[in-house]
Amino acid sequence: MDELERAIVNRLQGGFPLCERPFAAAAKELGTDEATLIAKLGEMLAAGTLTRFGPMYDAERLGGAFTLCAMRVPQADVERVAARVNAHAEVAHNYERAHDYNLWFVLATGERARIAGVIAAIEAETGFPVLDLPREREYFIELRLAA
Amino acid sequence: MNAADEAVVRATQGGLPLVAEPYAAVAKAAGLAETEVIARLAAMLADGRIRRIGAVPNHYALGYTANAMTVWDVDDEAVDELGAAVGSLSFVSHCYRRPRRLPAWRYNLFAMVHGRDRGETEARRAQIRAALGDALRADDVLYSTRILKKTGLRLA
Repeated sequence: MDELERAIVNRLQGGFPLCERPFAAAAKELGTDEATLIAKLGEMLAAGTLTRFGPMYDAERLGGAFTLCAMRVPQADVERVAARVNAHAEVAHNYERAHDYNLWFVLATGERARIAGVIAAIEAETGFPVLDLPREREYFIELRLAA
Repeated sequence: MNAADEAVVRATQGGLPLVAEPYAAVAKAAGLAETEVIARLAAMLADGRIRRIGAVPNHYALGYTANAMTVWDVDDEAVDELGAAVGSLSFVSHCYRRPRRLPAWRYNLFAMVHGRDRGETEARRAQIRAALGDALRADDVLYSTRILKKTGLRLA
């Protein structure tokens, strides 16, 4: 990672200016110029060092209802249960984790009322209970990963 | 959310165009004036619908491969103050309070912890444990072993 890439990761995860020429303004802060910064961001996105450049939205605050769900599934049954869970369009992501509670997925729906229905359907289809763990509070995140 | 906000979200949720005047390009795509796009983004940043605007690094590409969901059983009276302290640690990317589901699930505080290897991640867990002090009753860690589905949260 070169000096400019490191500066982008360490100093440009937030605070991108809201003005007509934001790349020019950000470049000045980082000690480079507009064209170099734009080209470097394109390279970092293409290389996968950055997954995105732009506003990071809080999906929950945009509207809709979300919850984190957990299931405890015997290893031999994980594939079958995961397939049933993933078949629901409301399942946004699903991770297998090394724990008794080994399936963790996020449900995203238009209204809170639909969450219970999706959970009931998953329980009926798989035969295993689902823990419904909605976020009650988010704690402010000030600092980010450093390069 | 009004129609102008929604148009701005749709036009920017995949990222800003990498051109000298990105908000003008977004404005064109969203059918709005550039000043309106900038004003909508500023308002969403102010009220928390936008967390921040900038580069979103790939944890794995930065060498953070030992990513753990850490879970903590913290006294209810202390959890909000301590949650804010945990959320301010540089290696924590998300920190939430969630309900307990007794007897199956006792943990009410969740923090995503990132480390370059498990040793570093475990050292960081120890740092959180120390920060929680006497208010901590139990804790656990869940390393992800496989992504089974990842579609992301987007407006359709």
